[in-house]
Amino acid sequence: MSAVRTDVKAPAFDVERIRGDFPILKLEIGGKPLVYLDNAASSQMPQPVIDRLVRYQTTQHANIHRAVHTLSEVATAEYEEARRKLARFINAREEREVIFTSGTTDSINLVMHGFGRKFIGAGDEIILSTLEHHSNIVPWQMLAEEKGAKIRVAPIDDAGELQSGEYEALFNPRTKFVAVTHVSNALGTITPVRQMIAHARARGVPVMVDGAQAAPHLTVDVQDLDCDFYAFSGHKLCGPTGIGILYGKAATLERMQPFKGGGDMILSVTFEKTTYNTIPHKFEAGTPPIAAAIGLGAAVDYLSAIGMDAIAAHERHLLEYATAAFSRMAGVRIVGTAANKAAVLSFVVAGVHPHDVGTLLNQYGVAVRTGHHCAQPVMQRFGLPATSRASFAFYNTIAEIDALVDGIRNVQKILA
Amino acid sequence: MADPKALYQEVILDHNRKPRNFGRLEQPSHEAQGHNPLCGDHLSLALNLENESIAAIAFKGESCAICKASASMMTVAVKGKSRKEAEQLIEEFRGMATGELDCGKVPHHLGRLLVFSGVRDLPTRVKCAILPWHTLHAALHSVASTSTESGDDPMHAPIGNA
Ligand SMILES: Cc1ncc(COP(=O)(O)O)c(C=O)c1O
Repeated sequence: MSAVRTDVKAPAFDVERIRGDFPILKLEIGGKPLVYLDNAASSQMPQPVIDRLVRYQTTQHANIHRAVHTLSEVATAEYEEARRKLARFINAREEREVIFTSGTTDSINLVMHGFGRKFIGAGDEIILSTLEHHSNIVPWQMLAEEKGAKIRVAPIDDAGELQSGEYEALFNPRTKFVAVTHVSNALGTITPVRQMIAHARARGVPVMVDGAQAAPHLTVDVQDLDCDFYAFSGHKLCGPTGIGILYGKAATLERMQPFKGGGDMILSVTFEKTTYNTIPHKFEAGTPPIAAAIGLGAAVDYLSAIGMDAIAAHERHLLEYATAAFSRMAGVRIVGTAANKAAVLSFVVAGVHPHDVGTLLNQYGVAVRTGHHCAQPVMQRFGLPATSRASFAFYNTIAEIDALVDGIRNVQKILA
Repeated sequence: MADPKALYQEVILDHNRKPRNFGRLEQPSHEAQGHNPLCGDHLSLALNLENESIAAIAFKGESCAICKASASMMTVAVKGKSRKEAEQLIEEFRGMATGELDCGKVPHHLGRLLVFSGVRDLPTRVKCAILPWHTLHAALHSVASTSTESGDDPMHAPIGNA
């Protein structure tokens, strides 16, 4: 018989075919084709996810976990199937370790209330990093203020890289928790979370990873990372808004107190005593965003079919191309030059305020984010009030980066 | 969708490149700092009020082109004006920028300042244009510093988030 065939390869990454799945990418903005480079803020939704939402809403909707009628059973099954999909997507050991929240911010607040308020006390220390998004700073400050605990901050260097040595030096017997980002939304830095988690766990300190910017770009394996918690948002992952995930190790979740009280999170209620439901339901009080959860399930199916490795490879190509193009432009400086970066390019144009860059780029149909990116400590570290940020997704193209570069040249002509 | 080109008109680009009344005043009678914490825009404004009229005015600061041009054109517009006239202009400018004032229908004194009318269609940029006026209002009322985000500020326009 014939030898092993070597001419059959996985289909090459076909960005044009992928773009065909995203109706919004056909839009024009002020007569120019939309060049959507604000994916770190929120990504766009492909047709299969839109279709899934429509199918749910037109043929499957009812409240879940409540009634014995057919629709309620269908909705419950689909909702729990979405949980299974998300568990597979991050390689959780068990489905009950996956909690549906309203987003990363909600997930972090759940950890703060459910774990932090129970186990962190006066004089205890919480380690964060300079790279954190405000949503991974403010809840911990609220906790520190309430309990008399202390926030310690792992610094970054001029490239925007987290300093492992200085992070490790922050540990002492009072260290009770680490909350750290996997990928910086402002700079794109990929932090060495795996080693950071190992260091903390060796000292019995639990770690929560903010994966809002990592889940859309990297293969996430929570068992390999060995973190206690992993938080991310649906809307940055081609899914709907109003849905997010908190992964937590079953044993850790069991020890926690509920965050919100209400229906669905109980087993029995009398005015004397309430018995809480088991995990994950203990943390899902009230009617959840059922449609959004099912939509997010469809989104991770969509991403997995393309393959997170293929997505990461295409985005790496985009980032390398853009970084090289920016390096050749006089008067343009990239902010955040870590060796290991996800598809985020923060930059400043000499003599031009980021707001003017953003407003003028919009004139060419190019959507970027300008401002402090909800990461003011990062801006302070670089002595900048704001930057412009282009953030890429797997549906972006080299031609779109050329449009960005041309746009910036025009901005310079007008203002610099 | 507003055409941003309409906003970045030559007059505005010119005042951004060569801001008028840019610098400091010796011994001003009134001064104030204006700050937009959302984008880091910062402005210091100083003026000399003589017989209730603005005899001299100067500003300095770091800001976007819209804010700088607005400050520059504001100083030109209010120099030599009475406090009352300046305050009227502040109200009118704010009305124009937020879209509350229909400049085509209601009589006003904005003149060349009408080049900023385009910001009303760019909600995230309204504050950039208003900040200098905001700061002038604070200076005239002997408020040392003002922010686009302070709730008690009479010029507070809760629009957009950078
Ligand atoms: C790193 C990071 N953490 C947290 C968040 C908050 O996510 P959400 O607004 O979806 O709750 C974001 C989103 O901007 C982010 O980039």
